Amino acid sequence: MSRKSRSRIIVNLPAASATEGRSSVLEHGRTLLSPRIDRRGFLKCALASGAALSICELAQSLVAIPSAGDPQKQDESQFTVEAKFFEKLENKKIKCKLCPRECTVGDKERGYCGVRENHGGTYYSLVHSRVCAAHIDPIEKKPLFHYLPGTLAFSLATAGCNVNCKFCQNWDISQVRPEQVPAQYAPPNLVADLAKQNGCPTIAYTYSEPVVFSEYVMDAADAGHQAGIRSVVVSNGYIQQEALKAAYGKMDAVKIDLKAFFESYYKDVVAGELKPVLETLVTLRKMGKWTEIVYLVVPALNDSDAEFRGLAHWVKTNLGSDVPLHFTQFHPEYLLKNLPITPVPTLERAKAIADAEGLHYVYIGNVPGHPAENTYCPKCRRIVVERVGMMAKQMLIRKGSCPFCGQQIPGVWHA
Amino acid sequence: MNHGGTSRRDFLKKCVTGAAVLRAAGKMPLLAATEQVGATGKSRVVFARDAMLRGNGAAVDSGRVLSLLDRAMQSLFNADHLKVDHPAEPWKKLVRPGDTVGLKINTLGGRGLSTNVQLVEAICERLQEAGIRAHDIIIWDRETDEMDHVGFHTSTADNRVQCIGTDRVGYEDDLATYGKVGSRLSKILTQRTNVMINLPILKDHEGAGVTIAMKNMYGVIHNPNKCHPNGCDPYVADLNMLPAIKTKMRLTICDATTACYEGGPGFKPQYAWQENGVIVSQDPVALDYTGWQIIERKRAEKKLKTLEAAGRPPCYISTAADAQHRLGTNDPRRIEVVEVSA
Repeated sequence: MSRKSRSRIIVNLPAASATEGRSSVLEHGRTLLSPRIDRRGFLKCALASGAALSICELAQSLVAIPSAGDPQKQDESQFTVEAKFFEKLENKKIKCKLCPRECTVGDKERGYCGVRENHGGTYYSLVHSRVCAAHIDPIEKKPLFHYLPGTLAFSLATAGCNVNCKFCQNWDISQVRPEQVPAQYAPPNLVADLAKQNGCPTIAYTYSEPVVFSEYVMDAADAGHQAGIRSVVVSNGYIQQEALKAAYGKMDAVKIDLKAFFESYYKDVVAGELKPVLETLVTLRKMGKWTEIVYLVVPALNDSDAEFRGLAHWVKTNLGSDVPLHFTQFHPEYLLKNLPITPVPTLERAKAIADAEGLHYVYIGNVPGHPAENTYCPKCRRIVVERVGMMAKQMLIRKGSCPFCGQQIPGVWHA
Repeated sequence: MNHGGTSRRDFLKKCVTGAAVLRAAGKMPLLAATEQVGATGKSRVVFARDAMLRGNGAAVDSGRVLSLLDRAMQSLFNADHLKVDHPAEPWKKLVRPGDTVGLKINTLGGRGLSTNVQLVEAICERLQEAGIRAHDIIIWDRETDEMDHVGFHTSTADNRVQCIGTDRVGYEDDLATYGKVGSRLSKILTQRTNVMINLPILKDHEGAGVTIAMKNMYGVIHNPNKCHPNGCDPYVADLNMLPAIKTKMRLTICDATTACYEGGPGFKPQYAWQENGVIVSQDPVALDYTGWQIIERKRAEKKLKTLEAAGRPPCYISTAADAQHRLGTNDPRRIEVVEVSA
């Protein structure tokens, strides 16, 4: 969908992160996936979730969101709330304490993310309840493979990001200022209501970078929990520890995009840092948050054996062998259009290395139909969750265990 | 406009009546940025000042600023091969009838530290005398509200100078890229103008060191916030390499009527001073280097550290002059600074 056409409709269908990003068509089922779906049921579900029906239904739901209209006509005040994480400095400057970049921002200026502004020495978020993209996705699209498989996530985003990945698939919302994209006013209670109305047990904060709309994430998660709706976040993990604990402490699951395993890549390709992201992963583990990791494999830039091995070794050592690790396929986008799509053998090499390092749940993403989309019991090696594309086809896990050998399979499997 | 005693009606009247002085297009070729080196083989930077620019008041006097501008332009183009016998003559070396001329102002600093309205009026007047129709002149910046706040009120009516922000026109969908910069450009730059005259402010910048000519191009892109790391180096230089900017840029007239030596880019009265001048050049690098030195002199006068000692030297200026960019020169031996006083 082109940017122009997207700007005039109520429901945006953006590409998401690398894994989420390839489809502009809704693919979710209308009914929550039962523990077992037969082939006929699966196909029926898939057909029923055809684009037209889904878009119409979602559009009807989101019509309830008052449109903020054209970018230049948006009422800024309704989206502006005082930021939670900053320090006041002399001369009306502030230091942002949300992400490790720690922008020092003068009066009337914005930080690197472009969505936070200093007004007279107080820092404000400009994107609270300012939804520029909303979509109902299968939870697998985040991707979260060990979290309520077969369910739907009411997925939303605001503008802005605190890094600038050269491969970003959603740069048209992540790398812009909020006033540059159409948005709708979606206060937390409305988000919770819409999730419930649309049969989504989960709200997902995704597509752009939820770190930069942390205040909204926190408030929407609270509203969701009060309505019995969970929250998950899809994030780069580039966040300070205090903000991490406060904001992502409210999450029921987290997916972190670990962009590479070398600082130089983070500096040159991401405009961020690796170390704080690793610290985020360790903290999430200590907090007991269900966490999955995505590693977008970019040809020639982060696809060496040493990186795969180093990554897998670090994950096993610091997070454990049960953390799902998704190697996903890169597609040329944004500022990296000169590179090819990641060859599938490269992804398979990455998986083989991670498997050999002892990780139990290593997946290949963005390659529909690849057998490494399935979850296999690490003990008996039989399929316990079968997936096709972003859809869970069969979910065989019973009470958190393999139905064949009884091996416990870590994750959040049932609502 | 109502800033400094000039009403909007007066300004628009000037813009319209100025068109009456249309003259035939000059036959001499236009001076593009690549022709900026004068007969001496140096980049010429004219620093024109008028101690009485404000008369006895606080506001800049319209008549004196026009005179100041004329002297600066005459000095800039007073090379051996040019004869300047009318204030509009230098402008004819830059533009020709039919051109659509964008005046990229800077209004980020609010009322205290934005491109002076009277100076812009003077430029519009001379452009029209040089044969540019009023409606083919567009005064622009990023945000219409910011422009309005400092006295540049929205105008798109026929036969009048246009005055509008990119927020009302939009950015290109496609990215323009060079080096570390990947940005969507203002459609005012790409679609509505074929000539750009840059009208920045002489300012300190807490991150970049200084913000003068080249950094004013941050107001052309949709994502300036992404171009501030590392003291804006090499982002400023890379940005100015984008063809839409590089090929359309004809002249920089830096407004140094009020300048700022510390605490920029926002306006902080305690760090502002009235230099009562303009700095004019076709070499943005040479102009930035010269402006930087002026700010350093003021900082020294105020017993402040040099920008380098303060940890924020404007490294992007030398990057803009390097072999990869060649946007101009930062070598003082190759810069001819011409000081003009009233």
